[in-house]
Amino acid sequence: MTAGTLNPRLRDIVEEFTALDGRERLQLLLEYAEELPPLPARYAEHRDLLERVPECQTPLFLAVEADDKGTVHLFFEAPPESPTTRGFAGILHAGLDGLSADEVLATPAEFSSQLGLQDLVSPLRLRGLAAMLARIKNQVRAAAR
Amino acid sequence: MALPYDSAPKFRDYARPEMLVTTQWVADHLDHPGLVVAESDEDVLLYETGHIPGAVKLDWHTELNDPVTRDYVSGAGFAQLMSEKGIARDTTLVLYGDKNNWWAAYALWVCTLFGHPDLRLIDGGRAKWLAEGRPVTTDVPSRARTDYPVIERDDAPIRAFRDQVVAHLGGPMIDVRSPGEYSGQLLHMPDYPQEGALRGGHIPGAKNVPWSRAAADDATFRSREELEAIYGGEAGLRPDDDVVVYCRIGERSSHTWFVLHHLLGYPRVRNYDGSWTEWGNSVRVPIARGEQP
Repeated sequence: MTAGTLNPRLRDIVEEFTALDGRERLQLLLEYAEELPPLPARYAEHRDLLERVPECQTPLFLAVEADDKGTVHLFFEAPPESPTTRGFAGILHAGLDGLSADEVLATPAEFSSQLGLQDLVSPLRLRGLAAMLARIKNQVRAAAR
Repeated sequence: MALPYDSAPKFRDYARPEMLVTTQWVADHLDHPGLVVAESDEDVLLYETGHIPGAVKLDWHTELNDPVTRDYVSGAGFAQLMSEKGIARDTTLVLYGDKNNWWAAYALWVCTLFGHPDLRLIDGGRAKWLAEGRPVTTDVPSRARTDYPVIERDDAPIRAFRDQVVAHLGGPMIDVRSPGEYSGQLLHMPDYPQEGALRGGHIPGAKNVPWSRAAADDATFRSREELEAIYGGEAGLRPDDDVVVYCRIGERSSHTWFVLHHLLGYPRVRNYDGSWTEWGNSVRVPIARGEQP
């Protein structure tokens, strides 16, 4: 898959990041962290339903749902003292929540490297973003079976 | 222009009490012109969410490392960085950060490579400052640029390279990673190799003392007595030992380096910053698996 298969929302996010310089990119990432919606009660009260993403340096949990029409809904939990991880979750939420399963699955694995964050955020953290995406896609595939 | 030392009773027991300040000392001296407070976090966005008023950000990943070679910045690079931050050679540079000061200790260790004369850590770091309800701000200070001199790095006293660690085999060594990383279990996360190392385990002979054991629940350092029980007692270090510490990339082990060298007074402690991401990928270096050294 190539960068051309990024859905329009993710493409906008990539353009939004890459149009900024370094310090502003971090500020934008912080905005995504702040915009991440809280977990709904049905997950907040049933943490065992969440999948842990151990590739993230700090605790991140996610849940994936697909409704009758095949629309994917994403839920994340990351502590406020981990704004980078929250920011990544916020990006994926803004870019993928509400799309069809096929659209989510079409997201290229190398999306994490297109945001222009390589020089700002450690490679290990960016791998956390890639792992979040991989695990979301795995769950979407599992739900479709 | 160095600031007075913090005379907190707890610090007096440590080998170098001048290396630590309390949050209260920081609050009392924030307006002092000879002081720069710098925050260094694991999470590169945390400073932006709020920091001690007047504190500058010192980023381990983008600022202290060379962007191309796996090494720290050069003397010229460090001078430029310090000048941009408004830090002079005679500045009292007080560091703090998240995760029990793990990254702040790393930044302090890197600054030590350049021999910055007055470096201190805030005991308890960011967590304690916040827990005490002290003020934070998102305002980024604009400090006047300084003219920090170009000082070439002196790695030898506190930094070990792979071949030196090979030569040190059989000598006192502390692996500060988690028990799972030490034993070699933690390398094979299904589908996602997490550690970036081809082999798991530890350097033969290294004792496993996870770095966080040196920190109390409120993120401050444990008392000298407690630390001696851990490192002298359990790990069996003798007071004159030449010690090598390591972890995955040299950050967590900077924390232990600080404890051993500055708080317990071990004369020669070197941080092997290549750590497991170098050793675990090196050809024909010895590796031990399991819980025994």
